[in-house]
Amino acid sequence: MIRTIFYALTAAATAGLVASAASAGTLDDVKKKGFIQCGVSEGLPGFSAPDTAGNWTGLDVDFCKALAAAVLGDASKVKYSPLSAKVRFTALQSGEIDLLSRNTTWTLVRDTSLGLNFAGVMFYDGQGFMVPKKLGVKSAKELKGASVCVQIGTTTELNMADFFRANKLDYKPVVFEKADETLAAYDTGRCDAFTTDASGLAAYRIKLKDPQGHLILPELISKEPLGPVVRHGDDQWLDVNRWLIYALLEAEELGVDSKNVDEQKKSANPNTKRLLGVEGDMGKNLGLDNDWAVRPIKQVGNYAEIFDRNVGPKTTLGLERGTNALWNKGGLMYSMPIR
Amino acid sequence: MNDRAQTYLPGTHPDLPPPPSMVGVYGWLRANLFSSPVNVILTLLAAYIIYLAFPPLIQWVFINADWQGDTREACRREGACWVFVKVWLRQFMYGRYPSTEIWRINTAYAILALGMIPMFIPRVRGKAWIAAFLLFGYPVVAYYLFYGSAFGQVVVETPLWGGLFLTLVIASVGIVGSLPIGIVLALGRRSRLPIIQSVSIAFIEIWRGVPLITVLFMASVMFPLFMPEGLTIDRLARALVGVMLFSAAYMAEVVRGGLQAIPKGQYEAAQALGLNYGKMMALIILPQALKLVIPGIVNTFIGLFKDTTLVLIIGLMDFLGTIQSAGTNPQWLGFAIEGYVFSALVFWVFCFGMSRYSQHLERKLRTTH
Repeated sequence: MIRTIFYALTAAATAGLVASAASAGTLDDVKKKGFIQCGVSEGLPGFSAPDTAGNWTGLDVDFCKALAAAVLGDASKVKYSPLSAKVRFTALQSGEIDLLSRNTTWTLVRDTSLGLNFAGVMFYDGQGFMVPKKLGVKSAKELKGASVCVQIGTTTELNMADFFRANKLDYKPVVFEKADETLAAYDTGRCDAFTTDASGLAAYRIKLKDPQGHLILPELISKEPLGPVVRHGDDQWLDVNRWLIYALLEAEELGVDSKNVDEQKKSANPNTKRLLGVEGDMGKNLGLDNDWAVRPIKQVGNYAEIFDRNVGPKTTLGLERGTNALWNKGGLMYSMPIR
Repeated sequence: MNDRAQTYLPGTHPDLPPPPSMVGVYGWLRANLFSSPVNVILTLLAAYIIYLAFPPLIQWVFINADWQGDTREACRREGACWVFVKVWLRQFMYGRYPSTEIWRINTAYAILALGMIPMFIPRVRGKAWIAAFLLFGYPVVAYYLFYGSAFGQVVVETPLWGGLFLTLVIASVGIVGSLPIGIVLALGRRSRLPIIQSVSIAFIEIWRGVPLITVLFMASVMFPLFMPEGLTIDRLARALVGVMLFSAAYMAEVVRGGLQAIPKGQYEAAQALGLNYGKMMALIILPQALKLVIPGIVNTFIGLFKDTTLVLIIGLMDFLGTIQSAGTNPQWLGFAIEGYVFSALVFWVFCFGMSRYSQHLERKLRTTH
């Protein structure tokens, strides 16, 4: 209820501003000022977190860099605004940032009533479960009669109730006020399973006494598609963002990565030629030049490289591709044809 | 001479030592810890709690703690991982301020310290000039040092400000700004002019009636939406103004308490001397009133200093914010407790320092009536 009122108020307050901001043309603004002001999270493992040298790292951060490489030619021309969940939309609406790349779930209400547009999906997140390996459970459907540690008053709790009811399984929720309490209870063995968003599960697993002794189950029981957000009504900027995501995916699909991108320009594959601007005027149509996809791939990497570097199996988070694999490898990541 | 006990003439009796049970360790224990059955029980209970709590704490903080190394792998032992604090210390102190420019912050700290030291030495003359510099000149110097651009240094934009540095900036702007505004509001509230009085009352009651978190939200979420298009005011500046006005409302009430404690005779005497309102307040009333309420003022300052941590909910990376965000780096997950312990220690040092300074000030300004 409060959220609805908040949305309504914000929407009402921004209606006029958004309409006028739209005509400004973020792409031209960005080119003129020479950097992209990118809104990121103040800290979410694997998505945006500072390193010890004070640089931002993570999957959301890498999208900002890729965009800067595409638009301005240099991945380092990004200025970051760490934003809390509460102020992120206002920061975008008021023009304080050019792009919100902050693990934001794409929902209908946000898309329609907040004056925002979602450019696409960079990461399919969803609520998952973690169990001790010694329990021998391999699937969430086997959690019959399990006690589950969960944080109270979150959508997580409701999603879980829906899931167990839909699958006609009985379960025992063990609720806690704070995320860290919930995890501590799970770690001391007060419940059989722990549930939160899958990307968070991996981070929580590291905090356990014996991270290797726990398994993240493959099922996701809710949809949390996360992606970059731009202001409503600025179609050109939206296009640039959307097709950049597709270009990163297409590059992975075509086997173009940061190391071989220059050789791939000589490829005979017409799709590769179009992606890398050897053939056609894809970049010009977006208001960029024809090297628009080469630079982000070279400086930041294709989607697989970005994923593996920040959240992939070799990082401490250790996430499998799962739903984030390419469509032809059993995942949901699908690039619209670049032609 | 006879065998009677020695007697002394009046006034010549030597001071005898007190009975052994009243002095030394034994006497102190008896007087302070075991003076009654209830106190004996309480003492034993407290000793038991200390016995339960302290050894594990010492073990965690010192004995089992990791101090060496600079990676996560260095933290293999059961105790605290101070490596985490060590590795992130620069960020905790300065946030993401560029490392090549950190000398600017340190220079500003040094100037402040140089300015403050003479204030503690009684013999130094011209304290008023130093104080005037610290209050009016120093903020300008500090602004150009921190933000840059005056003498051709690189501009360091406020999103890069962070850590303890940002906390100190917010707290000092709040402290320095709120006192004068608070005094004006307090005088306004006691004014006989109805408009000034009602405006002051309205300001104080409205700002005091909302939580700081609301003020910060308004400043960072609602305020930008009311601004004309293309005009964005820096997020830090908005928060600074919010914090300043908020604490000014509290300060006004503290000062008003002091004003009310001044006897009416002081006002009448000042008027009888022919002083106008401004001179009466500046020379007679305020010096006495402010001296009375030093504990209250410092109390407000300490509260304000700790409240500054709330800015992290609007995405400003203050001291606590950088500690929390350091804990989200995938390489350094799971060291939140070390970070919080460290921040508690730093906050305590600053608050205790402020408290000691206020006691020093009270002693110095004491004039017994």
